[in-house]
Amino acid sequence: MQEAMIKRAKELLADGTVNRVIGWKKGEFFYDATPAVFRTAEELDRQFIFDDFTQANVSKYLVKESRKDGKILAFLKPCDTYSFNQLVKEHRIIRENVYVVGVPGGPKLDIEKIKAKGITGVLSVKNENYTLKIETLYGTEEMPFYEAISGKCESCKSKKHVAYDELIGEDGEVLESNRFDMVEKLENMTAEERFNFWQNELSKCIRCNACRNVCPACTCENCVFDNPKSGVDNKAPADSFEEKMFHIIRAFHVAGRCTDCGECSRVCPQNIPLHLLNRKFIKDINSLYGEYQAGADTTTKAPLNDYNTDDCEPSIVHERGVE
Amino acid sequence: MLKISADKLNSLFDAISAKQTLYITVDNEKGSAEYKKYESGMTLSKSLNTVRSAKDFFFPQTENLADFKVEGKNIEVIDVREESEDFVVFGVRACDARSFTILDKVFLSEPVDSYYKNRREHSTIITMACTKPAETCFCTAFGMDPTVPEGDVAVFSDGENYFFLERTEKGKKFIASISDMLEDGDTAKLNEVQEKARNIMKKLPLANLSTKSFGGERLMKHFNSEKWAELSESCLGCGTCTFVCPTCQCYDIRDFNTGHGIKRFRCWDSCMYSDFTKMAHGNSRNSQLERFRQRFMHKLVYFPANNNGEFGCVGCGRCLSKCPVSMNIVKVMKALEDKE
Amino acid sequence: MQVNENFEPVIVAFCCNWCSYAGADLSGTNRLNYPANVKIIRVPCSCRVNPMFILRAFQKGADGVIICGCHPGDCHYTSGNYFTRRRITLLYSMLDFLGIERNRTRLEWVSAAEGAKFADVMNQFTEDVRKLGKNRRLEDLRCRKQ
Repeated sequence: MQEAMIKRAKELLADGTVNRVIGWKKGEFFYDATPAVFRTAEELDRQFIFDDFTQANVSKYLVKESRKDGKILAFLKPCDTYSFNQLVKEHRIIRENVYVVGVPGGPKLDIEKIKAKGITGVLSVKNENYTLKIETLYGTEEMPFYEAISGKCESCKSKKHVAYDELIGEDGEVLESNRFDMVEKLENMTAEERFNFWQNELSKCIRCNACRNVCPACTCENCVFDNPKSGVDNKAPADSFEEKMFHIIRAFHVAGRCTDCGECSRVCPQNIPLHLLNRKFIKDINSLYGEYQAGADTTTKAPLNDYNTDDCEPSIVHERGVE
Repeated sequence: MLKISADKLNSLFDAISAKQTLYITVDNEKGSAEYKKYESGMTLSKSLNTVRSAKDFFFPQTENLADFKVEGKNIEVIDVREESEDFVVFGVRACDARSFTILDKVFLSEPVDSYYKNRREHSTIITMACTKPAETCFCTAFGMDPTVPEGDVAVFSDGENYFFLERTEKGKKFIASISDMLEDGDTAKLNEVQEKARNIMKKLPLANLSTKSFGGERLMKHFNSEKWAELSESCLGCGTCTFVCPTCQCYDIRDFNTGHGIKRFRCWDSCMYSDFTKMAHGNSRNSQLERFRQRFMHKLVYFPANNNGEFGCVGCGRCLSKCPVSMNIVKVMKALEDKE
Repeated sequence: MQVNENFEPVIVAFCCNWCSYAGADLSGTNRLNYPANVKIIRVPCSCRVNPMFILRAFQKGADGVIICGCHPGDCHYTSGNYFTRRRITLLYSMLDFLGIERNRTRLEWVSAAEGAKFADVMNQFTEDVRKLGKNRRLEDLRCRKQ
């Protein structure tokens, strides 16, 4: 796949269709690729990488990149195309300035999951028949492929590219996913259990803002939490209230626009399952206002920019089963 | 050397915590390590290091500096400082132990930060020698030997026993206070373990990382380097690297209106943030390139320029494993180093 | 649950200028009683209530937050309250998801002519919140009065 992508990128650079390519650049180790812009065929040959560990969603970079001179080639995985579409819809990406090449998605692997097994000093990982052979400084280890799958790929919602100019490889289908299972599990707990769950999770937050800064839906030039005039700006959680405020409001600000790409949970240094907050909103929107997938197209109205005169009342929340 | 057998470690923790607050490293439900106040039954983490660094003990993420009470035209300033209690931190790695000496240079030089000093003076740091460094480790590049860490007391494990070595006066007193639980032990096996660890150190992927291209005298060369544009291109401008870093020490001071008074608190700040050192005239570093450059220049150039060549990095590798886009100090050093 | 009869909750009511704020006036001129616990904040439309206002009310010591707007279809600005309805439904559902007691939040449609309804709603809501006791799950400890 990587070779096919490099080959195609070189062709498009050579014939002048694009003057830059955004993808992933080889890191120090085998698992730490960095999103990067490539300008020459030589750079692509030397540094371009696409493998089991290139998880990052590069669509947010296109907000800036699509405003520069010339067209840029973007390699997008199926989930990335949803973010891309959503950003096009919100007029954040200038569509004409991007040449999208759809590439197959995951499942991608997460090095943290391998390390969480106590495997340290990892030097290389090979997938042999869905068993990972892991070379480390301390000998060879093995683990099942499926246990190392990145959290965001575990409940993949779609293998279909919703935006592209051309595809490398086959297009997939929208999947029946189990992504709301954990949300449902929490809904069925008592209020106190839910409170304890979130108190425990959110208290780990260090307010590094990685979730916000990586989020393709968070594209405000100046976030309300960075604005000293907003009255809520704060750099660090000085009280447990502030973590809740930050995460509730952040999830709310992206409600109806979040495509569930899972980047927020992927980047969280404290492994807080932030995607559950977004999924709760998605699940509520689906059940109360009709199925809606942000980023599936560039024309439909977002559920929070829309209404029906016979929408349910908020009292529906108070009438639910478990308290 | 004095030792305690591994199965008796918890009774030692019980004995220490009966006298003063003890913090140890423990694994949480997700398998990552963190410092926790010891309670009976907790087991020492098997992980190499904690996600958050140990700087929290002396320089917490937020702390209250003073309270103000306003009544009419009178403002009363309330000093909220309290004398810290003695506490022990067990399981600090060599890199984090070295970070304290770096933080000391900042907080204990004039004007002395009394909040920091108070906690620093009441602490006893017990370090743990590394036996299984990770591929992200590069403390040796900064002149450390993680098999013999600094701190007040250094602890070594040979798998069956924990050996105690005093490193300071404070450490000597500490060992004396628990000496009835320790016994003399044979270090033959320990020497083997250490020899093995030292050999692994030499084979680490980052073992050859060199600092010789950095330091105060290279200021203008690095500052004007064209590489920064490419290096900072992917930076999200989040504060993950700063907040997991054991040596990042920048903070902001803010006032919080509680509705019935003002609390002045300080909290960690990050030079990666767009509002860092923002003043009336605006921001001193407007682009992410400048902010990104600031962080690495500070560690590799400005800090050694002001501190007799000591670098502001300890090679713990946290930013390597936590940066959302995997951009980190090692990649910066390799991009900027002299090529000949 | 132990109910502290002496507990006086702090209730913040966001009232739309065009309906419930006038409804509160009407209930006053009609000499109807509603509890002094209710602190009214006038907003130009229920749709003006930013979710952050609600959280900040809790942060600064509110035990319950109620939003009052025009009946659906009667919005002074045609459709503001329809947007409120979706937004607030989702927010309340999220607060519930985080384990915040449901009865601390409410939304009611009260017109300028419904002075009696305003008093009823406030009486009922205050009692519901009184039963829950002090807001502990969404409070900011720094704001607690010693």
